Amino acid sequence: MSDDANAFQTALALILGRDPDLVGIVMLSLQVSLSAVLIAALIGLPLGAALALWRFPGHGVIVVILNALMGLPPVVAGLSVYLLLSRAGPLGELGLLFTPGAMIIAQIILVLPIIAALARQQVEELFQEYREQLTSLGLSRLRMIPTLLWDARLGLVTVVLAGFGRASAEVGAVMIVGGNIDGVTRVMTTAIVLETSKGNLPLALGLGLVLLSLVALVNAGAYLMSETARRRLG
Amino acid sequence: MQHKARIAMTAVSLLGLSMAAQAQDGERHITLASTTSTENSGLFDAIIPQFTETTGIDVRVVAVGTGQAFEIARRGDADSLLVHDTVGEERFVEEGYGTERADVMYNDFVIIGPDGDPAGIADAETVAEALSLIAEAEAPFASRGDDSGTNRAELRLWDSAGVEPGGEWYRELGSGMGPTLNTAAGMDAYVMSDRATWVAFDNPRDLELLFEGDDALFNQYGSILISAERHPHLKHDLAEQWHAWLLSEEGQQAIADFEVKGQQLFFPNAKQ
Repeated sequence: MSDDANAFQTALALILGRDPDLVGIVMLSLQVSLSAVLIAALIGLPLGAALALWRFPGHGVIVVILNALMGLPPVVAGLSVYLLLSRAGPLGELGLLFTPGAMIIAQIILVLPIIAALARQQVEELFQEYREQLTSLGLSRLRMIPTLLWDARLGLVTVVLAGFGRASAEVGAVMIVGGNIDGVTRVMTTAIVLETSKGNLPLALGLGLVLLSLVALVNAGAYLMSETARRRLG
Repeated sequence: MQHKARIAMTAVSLLGLSMAAQAQDGERHITLASTTSTENSGLFDAIIPQFTETTGIDVRVVAVGTGQAFEIARRGDADSLLVHDTVGEERFVEEGYGTERADVMYNDFVIIGPDGDPAGIADAETVAEALSLIAEAEAPFASRGDDSGTNRAELRLWDSAGVEPGGEWYRELGSGMGPTLNTAAGMDAYVMSDRATWVAFDNPRDLELLFEGDDALFNQYGSILISAERHPHLKHDLAEQWHAWLLSEEGQQAIADFEVKGQQLFFPNAKQ
């Protein structure tokens, strides 16, 4: 019990104290996870929509693989990216290992299947509903993608947020490809692992609460945005 | 569509930015693969700023188990190596991955256990005897089980005690030193730790230091220069400066000055 109370005090002190190290870690966490989600959304949303609109041989296989990849263990994603970016690996020349860039790449791999798979489902439902209307407008399937994505945007916000949740919460991938280097690649989740391993449980839990508040803030922002949009539509 | 293009541009530039920020100060730093015991105890936080002040070179520490540290260095992903497994280090040099290995500092391993000491190891004469007592009592023992330097040393000690550890009481956790101590505290198990991690550890609960002082528990740390032939892309001159500084009077003094809770945790022993 005392640990829990301690954690809240620690979290509060961390937030109020605005410790420069902590601010750096928070900013890096946001930078890495938001960049990964942004890029994954740019690829995943059109990809999901395309899978909703086109049928082709092997379509079912791709959908199943995409759905399965939603459960890809972060360590496996991290290890794959590590082997890719390691000096002995095919992209070693880039020198990206143990940098925020490597962490962004690993998180894109984790987030992309979630966004693409869930977007496919959302767009497919919408497409079934409006299929005849869209066809009667004479739109080609390619032109339908932006239209359908735009019409599904309120639901897609949740999809993107699910991706952000995955990115900000994972530790396995960023630990391996980032190396948890102090001041360079240390993010919230890897800092929590480090403090836990030092036996500094109140600080670890406090950092966890700070992370949770941060994710809540991002979600609140998205909620306000979609509420405003809904009212304007309404 | 224009809107989308703008988002795409932002995303790409974000990614670019984070990489550029990396490249910018990339000139004067090295990546050091090292062990969790040195990082978790706070040693690097204490000595690296002094090295940086003298040379202007930053040291970025990737703290992992010794087995993984060797692997990182073997693949050419670290400029320098500071670990504690003399046998493994010498093999690393023999295999041609390293060009030079030097003693930097030492401390010792200690045997930690629940305060009741159910196996009665506190009065043991030698560590071999202490381990035999644990095995006889079949008291829970938490092993790192992760091929780290501590894990390798622990297995050698079981061997010298003539015990083949196994069975329900011997629990291989496959974790770092800190997580292993957390787990041992949770299940009242015996555990072998390096002294530095143990002293700096904040969650001991009912665990206590029960056995120490046998020469067999000696724990040597060594610094290794990585072969320029095998990995020409690494920052060898900067890594050499780090290696030389660790062995220099200034570096050795910095190590000796480092204390946690009033205790010196690492004892410099470079050959001058």
